[in-house]
Amino acid sequence: MARAAVPRRLIGGRLQWRAATLTERRRETDTAATLVFDIPDWPGHAPGQHVDVKLTAEDGYSTERSYSIANSADGDRVELTVQRVHDGEVSPYLLEGLDVGDAIEIRGPIGGWFVWRDTDTDPVVLIGGGSGVVPLMAMVRARRAAGSRTPFRLIYSVRTPEDVIYADELRRRVRDDMGLDIAYAYTREAPPDWPGEVGRLKLATVATHGWPPDLMPACFVCGPTGFVETVADILVAQGHDPRKVKTERFGPTGP
Amino acid sequence: MGIVSPGFFGRRGSGDTKLPPGQYLTHDFPVLSAGPTPRIDLDRWQFDVTTETGQRKQWSWQEFTSLPAEDITKDIHCVTKWSKLGTRWKGVPVETMLADVETASDYVMAHSYGGYTTNVPLEDLLNGQAWIAYQYDGEPIAPEHGGPARLLVPHLYFWKSAKWVRGLELMLADEQGFWETAGYHDYGDPWREQRYQGD
Repeated sequence: MARAAVPRRLIGGRLQWRAATLTERRRETDTAATLVFDIPDWPGHAPGQHVDVKLTAEDGYSTERSYSIANSADGDRVELTVQRVHDGEVSPYLLEGLDVGDAIEIRGPIGGWFVWRDTDTDPVVLIGGGSGVVPLMAMVRARRAAGSRTPFRLIYSVRTPEDVIYADELRRRVRDDMGLDIAYAYTREAPPDWPGEVGRLKLATVATHGWPPDLMPACFVCGPTGFVETVADILVAQGHDPRKVKTERFGPTGP
Repeated sequence: MGIVSPGFFGRRGSGDTKLPPGQYLTHDFPVLSAGPTPRIDLDRWQFDVTTETGQRKQWSWQEFTSLPAEDITKDIHCVTKWSKLGTRWKGVPVETMLADVETASDYVMAHSYGGYTTNVPLEDLLNGQAWIAYQYDGEPIAPEHGGPARLLVPHLYFWKSAKWVRGLELMLADEQGFWETAGYHDYGDPWREQRYQGD
């Protein structure tokens, strides 16, 4: 985490709240959907960055949450994949209350640390738990968009096959994107013909489907706190330089 | 007032709970950090204060925990939007660590094990506003929450309360720390919603 390693800082004036109009909502799983927003004059973003979303009630009460950006930079188009938080204050409204054509307030992009640049050439391992795959998917998409040959490995831990977000696109990407490998880990229930073990991600899985430490890969880990703690400890135990392990954590009440 | 979302009601706290703008209340203790959690052996732990002239004071874990400590109960506010009320800590006031230090500096860089840094004005660390905390809720602070010791500056967003703190560096001019370089605010007052540069 040397300061010199920070890829860039946000320069300029205040991050403005902008009107973001919902243009499409795509179902991803029973409990997650991707919301596509049109945000005029969006300044662009790097994969891994997030936005703040603000909802305001009729009496002026408002609340904010952070969401990772799911798409690679694409003009005024910003996609957020929202996982329903049980009893949540914001996610149920985004998933069911907001209609196509409605606007909400968004500001960003935010974060200059948990970011992959298409000029980076180190091999990359992405390890996501649940909806922690969202910023990692932005990196996979940005790699594709840039025509990058940087070797990418994604290890995606989900509870059951039905919980895989971006399932169709991931199948397509692994077929079409040279140098992208994807491994799944199932914590509750695996597909019928699954050869591996079901359970929490283990060192053996990370060692088999990630990169050896001597290649000095860039490691990005995103998911719930317990998952991120476990995986980051595994990577350090495996011999990865802690400064090459970038983490992003979230939970029902977390970021 | 911004764009109103018809049908959005939200979850209001009880009337007496006053939170900074954009924050919501949590009863959990979420974790935010940029990388793996460093594990620091107490036998090798040390804390130092360095002035702009290179003068240095240093403590071992035993020396540090022998200093007079205070019980602290404060609300904390994370830039990722959660606030937690009435958190209970034990720690040594920063002014105790700075006693007898001669300096012309107005700024401090907190340094942590693992390489994390954050900048805070010196006056925000004095007069009962900041501590080097080593207990949370009556127990040693868990590693993921910054143990063995973390800076505690509860009146600023919680990233200023550097986890795994190992020293304070007095600086004549303000410099940016880790999150500040990555776009977060230099000061970070939650009541003025100073989340990002320019706020």
